[in-house]
Amino acid sequence: MVRTILHCDLNNFYASVECLYRPELRGKPVAVGGDVEERRGIILAKNMLAKQAGVKTGEAIWQARQKCPGLVCVPPDYRKYLRFSRLARNIYADYSDRIESFGIDESWIDATGSTHLFGDGVQIAGTIRRRLREELGISGSVGVSWNKIFAKLGSDMKKPDATTIITPENFREVVWPLPVEELLYVGRSTKAKLNNRAIFTIGDLARRDVHLLKLSLGVWGETLSNFANGLDPSPVARAGEESFIKSVGNSTTTPRDLVNDEDVKLIAFVLADSVAARLRRHGLKCRTVAVHIRNNELYSFERQGKLTGASFLARDIARKAMELFRQHYTWDRPIRSLGVRGADLATMDGSFQLDLFERDAVEQEQLERTVDRLRERFGSYSIQRCAMLQDTKLTGFDPKTDHVIHPVSFFR
Amino acid sequence: MEKTFVTVTAEHDPSGKTKPLWLNWTDGKQYEIDRVTDVRQAPALKGGGMGMRYTCKIRGKEVYLFEDEGRWFVEGKNSS
Repeated sequence: MVRTILHCDLNNFYASVECLYRPELRGKPVAVGGDVEERRGIILAKNMLAKQAGVKTGEAIWQARQKCPGLVCVPPDYRKYLRFSRLARNIYADYSDRIESFGIDESWIDATGSTHLFGDGVQIAGTIRRRLREELGISGSVGVSWNKIFAKLGSDMKKPDATTIITPENFREVVWPLPVEELLYVGRSTKAKLNNRAIFTIGDLARRDVHLLKLSLGVWGETLSNFANGLDPSPVARAGEESFIKSVGNSTTTPRDLVNDEDVKLIAFVLADSVAARLRRHGLKCRTVAVHIRNNELYSFERQGKLTGASFLARDIARKAMELFRQHYTWDRPIRSLGVRGADLATMDGSFQLDLFERDAVEQEQLERTVDRLRERFGSYSIQRCAMLQDTKLTGFDPKTDHVIHPVSFFR
Repeated sequence: MEKTFVTVTAEHDPSGKTKPLWLNWTDGKQYEIDRVTDVRQAPALKGGGMGMRYTCKIRGKEVYLFEDEGRWFVEGKNSS
């Protein structure tokens, strides 16, 4: 059976919400940006006018100001965005129980089962767009297709507030002439690889022999070839179906560059504390720890290593992170941002191989759980590691509550 | 147009419905809400913001009264 899948993308989401709350900003180029003082001064989102002036997401605010002198920069308010995101989902939920979020402002909706109630995909898309406009005051672009990949592609084709339909009959005319990097998961490096092999459009990719693609790109070659041909059978997850967590991580761009092991240790502990607390909250333990390091030239890499056993202790995670760091970083440049991640997860109630030589971890586990409870009741800063007080400006952030937006993967 | 936050006297019935009865303006004047003709979620395009929009008849005039996360406001204009 041919499915009816919608992909709804809320246009210039952060900027639209800010403009809705501040009517005086309408008609001006607006960007939502991070905190310049805290060195997170990059553009997170922009409205149409700022976009026309050439402002790009991810560039520094000062760069954007040079291109667009009248640019109004507003700080982000994630609580507000999450609320709008939730309300938008509530609207989608009137048309299907299969809704899968892809980041905060995008969702797939499988409306196959409700077309006899609400009309075909295009009609449902129209209704959703009207309701977004009338009930929330924001606009969305909707792509309608029979698979998730083309639905997403469609929502990017006409903006703002428009519906694009891609059918098995017209996709060769509509999708194939597009540049290959428009396809989900064709990023900068894949694009370069494909371009080197004279693949410039999605059509080029679709027509290329799968075996040749597999030779150059591995398994990816086959996946991308399927995407380009509309052969993506992946289902839209059911609403409320929690995605299975594969790893838990936190990262931060620090207010000043980190210059020695001591600095890194402080940050590693703050991050490990948060990762450990989140693991405990989800009832998980990790067996692998990974550190992500980005230097002040924005070169970044990740290294990972196994723990001796499974753990949800900040102590173990931070120690492993520091061990990895010392092994792999030579301090040729100061560090701009650091991340710690626990992967290879196991549920807490399972059986574990105990460590013969390590002291019993139960006491430490009790201690950290108690800290969790204290923080829950009295706030994150009510109890801290002594070391944190060495440099409160550096450690004065709470990765667990400061950041609520986690990037998601298409393959889960 | 500015949005003005106001004090509202409302009736909450057991089913969870809210019915605003009196609008208490910033200068202390009270206005009885004669009728609520429509309730829906909507953006406040003039004043900025979004919330439950109560279309109220007050002294023959139609007024949009918004409730946004527990705070009530009216769009624009100083009292009638």
